[in-house]
Amino acid sequence: MTTPLLSVRDLVIEFPTRHGPLTAVDGVSFDLAAGEVLGVVGESGAGKSLTGSAIIGLLDPPGHIASGEIYLKGERIDNLRAEDMRAIRGRRIGMVFQDPLTSLNPLYTIADQLIETIRTHLRLSEREARQRAIGLLDDVGIPAASRRIDDYPHQFSGGMRQRVVIALALAAEPELVIADEPTTALDVSVQAQIIDVLKEQCTQHGASVILITHDMGVIAETADRVAVMYSGRIAEIGPVREIIQNAKHPYTSGLMGSIPTLAQEEDRLVQIPGSMPRLSDIPPGCPFNPRCDKVFDKCRVQRPALIPVENRQVACWLYEEATTNEVAT
Amino acid sequence: MSKTSTPAETPLLQVSNLTRIFDVSKPWLNRVVEREPKQFLRAVDNVSFEIRKGETLALVGESGSGKSTVAKMLVGLLDPSEGTILFDGQPMIMNSSERMMELRKRFQMIFQSPYASLNPRWKVADIIAEPMIVLGVEKDSAKIEARVDDLLGLVGLSAADGSKFPHEFSGGQRQRIAIARALSSSPEFIVCDEPTSALDVSVQAQILNLMRDLQDQLGLTYLFISHDLSVVRHMANRIGVLYLGALVEIADSKELFKAPQHPYTRMLLDAVPDLEMTGRQRKEVEGEIPNPINPPSGCTFHPRCPFANDRCKREVPLWTQTRTGVAACHGVEEGRIPSAEMA
Amino acid sequence: MEAVSNFLASDLFYRFRKSPVAVIAFIVTALLVLSALFAPWIAPQNPFDPGSLNLMNGFSQPGVPNQFTGETFMLGTDDQGRDVFSTILYGLRISLFVGFSAVMFAMVLGSVLGLIAGYTGGRTDTIIMRIADIQLTFPAILVALLIFGIAKGITPPSYRNEVAIWVLILAIGLSDWVQFARVVRGATLVERNKEYVQAAKLIGRKPMAIMLKHILPNTLGPVLVIATISLALAIIAEATLSFLGVGAPPTQPSLGTLIRIGQGFLFSGEYWILLYPAVTLLALALSVNLLGDWLRDALNPKLK
Repeated sequence: MTTPLLSVRDLVIEFPTRHGPLTAVDGVSFDLAAGEVLGVVGESGAGKSLTGSAIIGLLDPPGHIASGEIYLKGERIDNLRAEDMRAIRGRRIGMVFQDPLTSLNPLYTIADQLIETIRTHLRLSEREARQRAIGLLDDVGIPAASRRIDDYPHQFSGGMRQRVVIALALAAEPELVIADEPTTALDVSVQAQIIDVLKEQCTQHGASVILITHDMGVIAETADRVAVMYSGRIAEIGPVREIIQNAKHPYTSGLMGSIPTLAQEEDRLVQIPGSMPRLSDIPPGCPFNPRCDKVFDKCRVQRPALIPVENRQVACWLYEEATTNEVAT
Repeated sequence: MSKTSTPAETPLLQVSNLTRIFDVSKPWLNRVVEREPKQFLRAVDNVSFEIRKGETLALVGESGSGKSTVAKMLVGLLDPSEGTILFDGQPMIMNSSERMMELRKRFQMIFQSPYASLNPRWKVADIIAEPMIVLGVEKDSAKIEARVDDLLGLVGLSAADGSKFPHEFSGGQRQRIAIARALSSSPEFIVCDEPTSALDVSVQAQILNLMRDLQDQLGLTYLFISHDLSVVRHMANRIGVLYLGALVEIADSKELFKAPQHPYTRMLLDAVPDLEMTGRQRKEVEGEIPNPINPPSGCTFHPRCPFANDRCKREVPLWTQTRTGVAACHGVEEGRIPSAEMA
Repeated sequence: MEAVSNFLASDLFYRFRKSPVAVIAFIVTALLVLSALFAPWIAPQNPFDPGSLNLMNGFSQPGVPNQFTGETFMLGTDDQGRDVFSTILYGLRISLFVGFSAVMFAMVLGSVLGLIAGYTGGRTDTIIMRIADIQLTFPAILVALLIFGIAKGITPPSYRNEVAIWVLILAIGLSDWVQFARVVRGATLVERNKEYVQAAKLIGRKPMAIMLKHILPNTLGPVLVIATISLALAIIAEATLSFLGVGAPPTQPSLGTLIRIGQGFLFSGEYWILLYPAVTLLALALSVNLLGDWLRDALNPKLK
């Protein structure tokens, strides 16, 4: 088997507090193949954004990686020095954030920012870099790119700005793009355009994508695989379509049922009682056990690891027997 | 306008030609120096609709559609520039007259942010009791206390939660508290302004279910404001679609999703990412919402509309009766838009 | 009881315990305030009761028995034989009283004006805030001097000593209300657009009720910080005015008055008459100021 593009192993992110450390991400592991789009979905506080920030080395202190490893093409990147990480960020891993204004400097024109990014990472002349920048803007669907490149970020609308950010993320031909809630701040009609551009451009440039969002609809349309996070852990990870149509983890199936859809009119939405625990009181065993309708004794004591079920992995004791049986037969 | 209601029953709310203009001019000195005229924004433009007792009317729209401005005018947080609002046949004129205070008991609002909508310095029980006390629904302190406990139970919290402060609760629980406050004066009509858009999906489901249960239990009438079509579909009997301050279509919820008439409604429906649509190829959505200070001429949607012609650029469309409701579109009126029956 | 245990478990108290500067500043402030409160019981003599004074004790050195009477004074005596330690305790009372009262006055005035300006907006806001801006262009001490001068001019001479303290409070308070008004106005502008205020408007609550019951409690955090820092400034302002001879009268001397009196003896060798009141003033102003700084940081963790 070839080395995956990105490999995250037992990632643990902690925040020190006066009552001891809070574990915000607890033992997250996954692989990402080249060219793949992985959706990471979860409710606020599930640790999805922190996982993304940890991969690009932009965790806000006092949060820090307490243990675990992150490999990019087999090369460990979580313990790099700050300047080595800077060389990877932008060059090998691109970023798209929720608010385009945080990724664009309001004091510089789009041209300044694109050309600077391109020339930091690629050996190109000013002129070639500009050509490339215009090409990139063209690709992400900015009309009259050769003229608009000299505009400032505030002269663009929200949707256009997010296109610029995508161009910026792809400027140095990265192998991986991490998109953290790229469409959350946008209107529905614009959101659809941005999803399309993001997916199309990343495919064209051959970049893998980690798409972090709370919107299952966006993931359904964009991702190949999806990781569902709960209380800092992966509850279930596998192919998107199968997880949507036939979720195995009780949390995932509850989550899918709680999303109102356009296609059918349901009288009542499936409702998971309670809410995700605060970081300071995650219950022992499976973190979902107090809200789970299929809970049994083991769930309250022992934490389930990811168990392979069919072509996916599920962190749920319900499936333990199934695997042992399979092994036995 | 909508003639679907039986004439015998007056609608609970009748809104006609509601308009709100904001002065968005720069300060006087800047205008003089830069030689700019005053600028006005028609946030809500000639909007008319009715809400019948016990139903849920939803207003959907993207940013700048004026949906929240409509909501604020209906509950008196903003004065309309033009137009009238009749509540149960009585005009809503927001002053502190006796009649108005009586009327205020009958409507309430649930806000978007569960964090900003509860005063952080007040105990939950005081927050819930406030409308009751101010509107004089209940005067006896023992009865007030009992009713607060009932309300907490009704929204799925315990009576003991009354002595806590808002910061001790999660977003979903806070929205439950906000709902309890809205129910405190026993209103008939509740304006819900994006009540779940700040919540996670699983919590959203709890709140939406709770709101529907309360509607059945208490016979409430809702005006439901949202940008999320799938939520609206779940909640509403009828839906009004707003674009740049104007209503472009009103139709029965089921019909609207099955056979959207106005091109904008179709575009919206097409754009919503949906679970059932993995890997589908959607139609390319054209353009972005124009600046509402300088809206396009004629039909404001024409620059993005695939069916637009010269008439659409010139004339503002009027209401046309459609198969499913009403729509403001020349194309629909002339019958030149192919039907978009959805399965 | 519950409130106390809640406070002891709070983040604020935790930060307090972890900050040695804050703890020391608090202890110094508390000691000074307590000794001012209990001055009549702590002080060896009432320095302003002529009957308790003995001229023979004049210019006693600190800690050394007087050559005529054999009495020992911890911090020495002045020319009248007044115990410096006692004068400091009584002076501290006046300084703290004037400081506290002036800050209270400025706080109430500034908060009310800031609340009205922020909530009403429009012309009222413009008028109040322009007055504030104009006042800010003058140094506070100048404003206080001016107000003091006017007040002195309109009170009959026979009352002057009696009302001097109140005039002092008025002058310092009026020179200090602006920052309260600005902070409260700023906070009000933020709060008045929040949905809980709209919910209160919706049920027909009057502006007065909304301002006092809903908005004011939510602006108290920053007001408390400003009040603490202002207290240090007010104490210094009082000392300055008294030092210039326009503040507390010699019959009710504050620390500033004591310093003014003491400076006359500096070069004749009786340094203690000046030194100890000055050190006390320094300790008081510094510790209150440090406490205010700490409170500001503690209530606004983003600064760290």
